[in-house]
Amino acid sequence: MIDLSALTIAKAAAALRAKEFSSRELVEAHLSLAHEKNPSLNAYLELFEESALAEADEADKRITAGEEGSLLGIPIGVKDNILIKDKISSGGSKILATHRAVYDATVISRLREQGAVFLGRTNLDEFGMGSSTENSAYGPTKNPHDLTRVPGGSSGGSTAALAAHIALGALGTDTGGSCRQPAALCGVVGMKPTYGAVSRYGVMPLGASLNQVGEMAKTVADVETLFHAVRSHDKMDNISCDYEARRFKATPTQAKRVGVPRKFLEKGLPSDVVANFEASLARLRERGYEVVDIELPFIDYALAVYYVLLPAEISTDLARYDGMRYGVYLPGANLLKDYMRSRGEGFGKESRRRIMLGTYVLSHGYYDAYYNKARAIRQAIVSDFKRVFSGPEAVGAIATPTTAAPAFKIGEKVDDPLAMYLEDIFTVTANIVGCPAISVPSGTVDREGVRLPLGFQLMAPHFGEELMFAIAKDAEGNTV
Amino acid sequence: MLSKSDIDKLAELARLGLVDEEKAGLERDLSAILGYVDKLQEAKVEFTDELIDENLPVNAMREDGEPHESGLYTEALLAQAPKRKGDYLVVKAIIEK
Repeated sequence: MIDLSALTIAKAAAALRAKEFSSRELVEAHLSLAHEKNPSLNAYLELFEESALAEADEADKRITAGEEGSLLGIPIGVKDNILIKDKISSGGSKILATHRAVYDATVISRLREQGAVFLGRTNLDEFGMGSSTENSAYGPTKNPHDLTRVPGGSSGGSTAALAAHIALGALGTDTGGSCRQPAALCGVVGMKPTYGAVSRYGVMPLGASLNQVGEMAKTVADVETLFHAVRSHDKMDNISCDYEARRFKATPTQAKRVGVPRKFLEKGLPSDVVANFEASLARLRERGYEVVDIELPFIDYALAVYYVLLPAEISTDLARYDGMRYGVYLPGANLLKDYMRSRGEGFGKESRRRIMLGTYVLSHGYYDAYYNKARAIRQAIVSDFKRVFSGPEAVGAIATPTTAAPAFKIGEKVDDPLAMYLEDIFTVTANIVGCPAISVPSGTVDREGVRLPLGFQLMAPHFGEELMFAIAKDAEGNTV
Repeated sequence: MLSKSDIDKLAELARLGLVDEEKAGLERDLSAILGYVDKLQEAKVEFTDELIDENLPVNAMREDGEPHESGLYTEALLAQAPKRKGDYLVVKAIIEK
């Protein structure tokens, strides 16, 4: 039997090439463990038993034929807002319960080229809206470290699958921290690429000016492999661009200097979270890094900016679900009532709340006060980041804790949207700026006698992923 | 901050059928969230059209045209329509008699 708990993409790829086991055996081991664990976790909404084994057999043939492929035969979980041809793509929403994807998302095509095996579709907050995976129409996902707690969100199904060793890698989307925050709460690695680095064609739209397809795995090296596999310049996504032409080049001094926005972190962090963060900084110092204090005057506004821009974009993004072309249709007395019923009953509570909020901030009389003000502050935050990432004092990355606390209890924040939104306080900035960011496991803290994971976040300059991975590897504890 | 009639108006604009209980909750929740985001007003900045960083990606435009051969996905897409008649979607009349 293959020991999945000690396995990474890198180790599995080496074992597959050495014929220690086949991709079929690897996929069967994952499916068998998933059957045991998924009923209590609800990490996967569906396991693609049949197609996964067929893809594994195909990968085995390619391995025997000596073909290259960075993910040849490696089982991957995919967040259920990324289209896989012919599979149900629900977005975690009742409104798309029976919707089948007509084509592959570009990231899926890219993974297919590298020989990946798709194990199943993972649970999420409806369309990616949430920080706990409780906003799924298909029930919450549980945290493998403590089944009474949330895995984080919105890519909580993906990170729970990784933490439970029922996937070696996973894809998600990150609009405000949706890969990094659940990665931190589940004790795995999660990243958000630079805005424009990865195509979003075939990904259900949510906050087009903020989101990217994120990669998650058990180690930084595995996340790097996934990122390299999915990165592309795709004409089907109008913000996708030529990465090589823009690649960030750091000086040796910058590559070994990490900035900490101390003022921003001063407020209300539990002492064990602070100690955990300081331990990660100490590890970096031991490995030759200079850790400096930096000032980001506008970062305090980041979450408020986010919760104006995002709902505004969401109210537009979700206008497409109208009960006319696909998805749930619930008839009313006339066309208007058809819309009102299909959308009112098809969307979940958080989606309805954000549509309402977005409609408000975009409505006449409030547009300047909220939307334009948020855009102006966003520019100021981008300028702040550009300043700390350039010049003789430039830092190679900005470090923060990924979250202010470990995983919270299921149900604890569902009736308090503002408390839920504050979960994203450290992660949203990278989406507002468009820079890459990663969360690496930084050890655990005790809550009610259970050891719960925390994450250490690094934000790097635009198109500075290589720099970010190098620092993240030095910050990474031995987790697998 | 938001009144019941504000919520009714927004729900209609957003085409969302909401029950009364939820409307009351939204009055409370949206007011709390807007109370938080009101801190934006403290920041003394104005939007500028100046490009902050030329290295950042901007929207790429393409020529208007056929992205693929016409009809390639028609059947697969229409198969998921709630109501269809041939290659048309069936919807109720906008203007009633």
